[in-house]
Order: sequence, then structure tokens, then C-alpha cells
Amino acid sequence: MSHSSQVAHHFEDIEQQNESLVLGMWLFLATEVMFFGGLFTAYVVYRTTYSEVFHEASRTLDFTLGTVNTLILLVSSLTMAMGVYAAKTGRRNLLPLMLVATIILGLAFLGVKAVEYSQKFEHHLVPGAGFVWPGGNPPHAQLFFVLYFIMTGMHAFHMVIGIVMMAMLLVMAMLGKFGPERYMGVEMAGLYWHFVDIVWVFLFPLLYLIDRS
Amino acid sequence: MSTQIAEADALPRPNYLNVKRSILSWLLTTDHKRIGILYLISITVFFLAGGLFAALIRIELLTPQADLVESDIYNRLFTLHGIIMIFFFLVPSIPAVLGNFLLPLMLGAKDLAFPRLNLLSWYLYWIGGVFAVVVLLQGGVDTGWTFYTPFSSFASNGNVVLAAAGGFVAGFSSILTGLNFIVTIHKMRAPGLTWFRLPLFVWAHYATSLIQVLATPVLGISLVLIMVERVWRVGIFDPTIGGDPVLFQHLFWFYSHPAVYIMILPGMGVVSEVITCFSRKRIFGYHMIAFSSLAIAILGFLVWGHHMFVSTQAMYTGIVFSILTMLVAIPSAIKVFNWTATLYKGQIYFEAPMLFVFGFLGLFTIGGLTGLFLGLLAADIHFHDTHFVVAHFHYVMVGGMVMAYLAGLHFWWPKMTGRMYNRQLAALAAILIFVGFNMTFFPQFILGALGMPRRYHVYNEEFQLLNVMSTAGAGVMGIGYLLPLIYMPLSLFVGKRAGANPWLAKGLEWTVPSPPTTYNFDHTPVVTEEPYAYDNRLHAAGMGQGE
Repeated sequence: MSHSSQVAHHFEDIEQQNESLVLGMWLFLATEVMFFGGLFTAYVVYRTTYSEVFHEASRTLDFTLGTVNTLILLVSSLTMAMGVYAAKTGRRNLLPLMLVATIILGLAFLGVKAVEYSQKFEHHLVPGAGFVWPGGNPPHAQLFFVLYFIMTGMHAFHMVIGIVMMAMLLVMAMLGKFGPERYMGVEMAGLYWHFVDIVWVFLFPLLYLIDRS
Repeated sequence: MSTQIAEADALPRPNYLNVKRSILSWLLTTDHKRIGILYLISITVFFLAGGLFAALIRIELLTPQADLVESDIYNRLFTLHGIIMIFFFLVPSIPAVLGNFLLPLMLGAKDLAFPRLNLLSWYLYWIGGVFAVVVLLQGGVDTGWTFYTPFSSFASNGNVVLAAAGGFVAGFSSILTGLNFIVTIHKMRAPGLTWFRLPLFVWAHYATSLIQVLATPVLGISLVLIMVERVWRVGIFDPTIGGDPVLFQHLFWFYSHPAVYIMILPGMGVVSEVITCFSRKRIFGYHMIAFSSLAIAILGFLVWGHHMFVSTQAMYTGIVFSILTMLVAIPSAIKVFNWTATLYKGQIYFEAPMLFVFGFLGLFTIGGLTGLFLGLLAADIHFHDTHFVVAHFHYVMVGGMVMAYLAGLHFWWPKMTGRMYNRQLAALAAILIFVGFNMTFFPQFILGALGMPRRYHVYNEEFQLLNVMSTAGAGVMGIGYLLPLIYMPLSLFVGKRAGANPWLAKGLEWTVPSPPTTYNFDHTPVVTEEPYAYDNRLHAAGMGQGE
């Protein structure tokens, strides 16, 4: 009984396999923290050095859209958590529903982000040859937007990967592949999705809110 | 009649090597042992490529003038030598070959926790490798392996973006290997195999994996930022358009200093295994060696600033980094003292793996001690960017890690292949490499102290004698490295059968046949004793003879 079809050949039992998967996922998230950590370090250094112009540049970001996006992401974390709960408790109808909701919210976030990016193009705030800064110290204002685009871009890239994962899980869920005995796929994707949300929870105040105290 | 003899001499079957024979069964394998062999072949190819560049560098340095190559080519030679040797040989060497092969065997497991991820990491390694080859074919890259900005931002006319992309992808290979090892060590130990019964090879790999998992992503993001800056021409590190080049140095060394411990800790694990077996003694100070591996891993994260004493880094920052750097010497010294104490009253056998380990002990000690010169603020002002740094680094990396890698390869080769190699030739190789290595790199300490800068191929005439000595030594060392390339493959065809435990060694990997079967153990073993339960009163009769 211990060696059912769900346990890979090299594991003794399902507990060992599940514990290994969870530990592996947390280690992967640790690498992600360090990956984003490099960007946050760069941000902290330049924000401290060029504090004034960073505040000015921050004011050009769209506070409303940023807030809306934050809410969207937080709700998507809720739907994701409910999806994991549905998988664990074997609610086979609830799981696809929650995955669809998470996907829609994720796409909505990316849509709002796209609107924000296009605004930056219109206002010539995209770093590079076309960059125009009306205030003082344009090189360091550009630095703010370089960081803005790399950090939010890297975050959006992670969102895209997450949405693709959700779509795959959705197909598997419709085929009835998940149940109380077998839900690790959803659990892993959930951990990842929450991590991507948390990154945004840090990005939002650092980029949008620094001049609103 | 002759077929009968061949049958009798053949390896026990089925084993992991002959269970399937198609090329595809190798390229799609998830067996950790086969992946280890794939890595062995791959890193040997890159080692030869990196060695070829080293040979060209040494030939150019025979004379004070530029004769073999011009400055621009010379810059490309040392850059490619560095990138290939570090990212494609040293970082994966012991972990990806020996660690992959041995960790599950030592832990009493059937495989690593994530076998498919393990295969993926080998493919990522090769994707990174293909980038490196493309860079080479496109004319190379001239930034040095450190990619320092702002030179790499816009000034360099080499293929910086491709080279950085190669390093980025290869980095993920290293991350996945480390992640796999940590989970395996936590979750896949056999019953009775408590943390303090683990071979020190496993402890060393645990510490290494922690660094791989936590430091490599920072290299990844630094290389991404370099690529963004160069492709879109926006200022991140280039001071002329608002960036800060010293920030790049911080980010780069936050990975690359811990990375040198990725390149030495696994070697230390090998030394603990080999030195106990060939002195027939329990290890002296097991806990101290185990924890010193972790201490090196942790302290290694806190010393990156010692690469930047002559940058704009603040003086007080420099002082702190200097003190922290001194601290790394403590766990390193603990290891060396404990290994030496292990030899005391041992029955010492001068087999090839042990000769490589003796080489390691001497060379690593010199490399470590000269590291202290460089960690001292005042001394470093003089030694910075001279050949002294080159000599120090090579004493640790080549004298330390490559020696340990060869020790491990010679020690476990019978287990991996089921065959004994020619032990006399192996001993000769160990001695040639040791002598050649010292001839190559000791003069470079003197050259550096006299002030010869590194990364220049035109130098003052008074430095020529020492440079000629160094090049001659490189020739001797080169012959030493080529010898195993002959007798080890040859052993596959003419070597004696090794039997399960040719060195009469302790450890779970020696309890299974050589070569092991695909799933390693027929029944999960139960561990009841401490590691290294050798008895130095018994003569190890017939050691290394094979069957």
C-alpha cells in the first residue's frame, strides 16, 4: 500500500515525497528572494543617494492604478488559497472555479500594468533615447524608471509564468487529476503565486508611495 | 573458449552502465549515476578548452614583448580561460560529477529527490556551454571573467551579452543541483543515518548547496542588469549616464566570493573521505570539520568587500571586511589541523588518491595563508591586481580543488566503472602535477610581490626568468593532466575488475557492487555505526589490487 502509483520509485512513501516537494519549493522561493534581493539592493542604494529626484519621479506613477492592481493581486491570493483548500478537501467543482478566478485576476493585473506602461511611453518616461525629464537631474530620474521597469517587468514575467501554471492546473483539474490524496501540484503553484504577490506588496510602496506621507 | 574468458571478466550485470545501451537512454536518463557520468564527460571537455587557453597565455608570457598574440587577443584569452574554468569546470566539478554520483549512495537512497530536475540541470549547463562556445566562435569577450562595469557596459567590443547570458543559464544549473542536494540530504537519509553519522563529504556538499542556492541568484540578477544596460543603453552601472560601477562590484562579489567556497568546500569533503581510508583511521574532530564547513559557507557571505579595498568603498567598511576575512581562516585551519591529526598513528597507504590529497594539503595551506596577505588592507594595496593574486587564487582553486577532484575521481573511479586503473601511472600523474603546479605558480607569488600586474602580456625584462620558469612548470603540469586522460579510459578496457570495495573503505557506497545497479540498493540499508569506523591496528591486505 505504501508504494502506490502516486509515489515515484525512489521515494519510500507519500509523506517523504510530499515533504521533499514542499522543502524543494521553499528553497526555490529562497532563490527568488535573493534574485529580487539584488534589485531591491540597487533600489535602496540609488534611492538613498538620489532621494530627491526619486521622490519626484515616483509622483509621476499612477497611484490609482497601482492601488487597484494591489487589490486585484490580494484578492487573487485569496482565490488561490481557496483553490488549494478545494484541492485538499476534494471539492472537485470548486477547484476549477477558483483557478479560473485566479487566472482572470492575474490577467486583469497584467492588463492594468500594460495601461500604465503605455502611459509611460506617451509621457516619454521610458528610459533610453526617447527619455524626456522636465525637472532637474534627468540621468538619475531615468535611473528611477530603469529600476521601475526592471522590477515591475521582472514581477510581471513571474506573473505570466504563474498564469501559465494555473492554466495547466486547470486542465488537470477538469480531468479530475486532483483530490485529497493528490494535491501537491496545486499546493506548489499556490506557494509560488503567494510569493509573487508578496513581491508586489513590497514593490508597491517602494515605487508608488514614497512621496505620499 | 576465448568468449568464456571474456564472459568471466565482464562486469556483473545488469548494472547502471549496461542496463540500457542506446544513446537516447543516456540523454534522457534520470539516474543520478548516469547524469554524473554525463557531467564527467562534459566538464572534461571544458577543462581541456580552458587548459588550452591557459597554455596560450603561458606561451605568450615567455617573452616580455607581444609575439604570439596582440593585447586584444590576450584579453580574450584570459577572459575565456576564466569564464570556462570557473563556470563550466570548477563550479560543477565535484558536486555535479562526484556529488551526483555519490550522494544517494552515501545516504542509502535510490536517487536524488528530484531526478528529472537533475537531468534538467545538465541540459541547462550545456545551454550555457553553447552560449560560451558561440561567444568563442564570434571572436570572444575581453572583459575578464568579472565583467566589471563600465568597461563591460559600452567600452568592450566583445560579446558581453552572450557571455553574460551563458553565465546566467549555467547559474540556474548550479542552483538546481544545490536545491536537489539539500532536499535529498534532509529527506532521503536511510534509517539510522543521523546527521552526525553522515560522511563529511555529505556535510561539505550541504554547505556548498546552501551557497549555490542563496548566492547564485544574485549573480543572475547582476548579469541581467549588465545585459539590460548594454542592450538598451540605459545607465545602471555606467557613471556617465547616472549609474554606479561600484554597485556592480558589490553585487558581483556578493555571489562571486561565496562562489569560491562553492569551488573549494566539496574538495574538502573529498579529502575527509580519502584521508581516513588511506590512513585507516577515524577522522579526528568529526563535529569540528562538519561545522567548519557550515562556518565557511556562512562567513563566506560576509567578506565580499575584500575584493574592493581599492575601490571607492569607505575605509571603515574595508576594515570590517578585512576582519571578517581573517575569520574565514579559522574554520579553514581547523580542517587542515584535523586532517593532519587524522594521519597521526595511522597506517598510511601511498595510493594515488592519497598522493593527490597530500598535494591538496600542502597547496591549499599555501593558498589559504597567502589569502591572508590579500585580506589585510595595507598589504592588499600593494598586491592588488598583481600576479600575487593570480598565484593565490590558483593555489586554492587548482592546487586545492583540482587536486581534490582528481583525488576523488581516482578514489571512486573503481566504484563508477567497476575497473581499476594503472596505479603506478596514477601516482606518477599526482607527482607530476604537484611538482609542475609549484613550478608554475610559486614564481608568480614573487612576480606579484615585485609588482608585475596581472592581465598584461607585455612586461619588464627583469621579470622574464620567473615567467620562463612558470611556463616550463605549466608544461610539466600539462603532462600530469594528460596522463589520466590516457590511463583512465584505457582502464575501461584493460583494467582489472575492482570488486565492490577495492580500498577496503567504509561507507554505504562501498557495500553495493561496482558498478552499482540502477536503483543502488536492493533493500534500503539500516545504518548502525559511526562513519569512518576504520581500525588502524589491522593491515589492509590486498588494497587496490582488484579482483
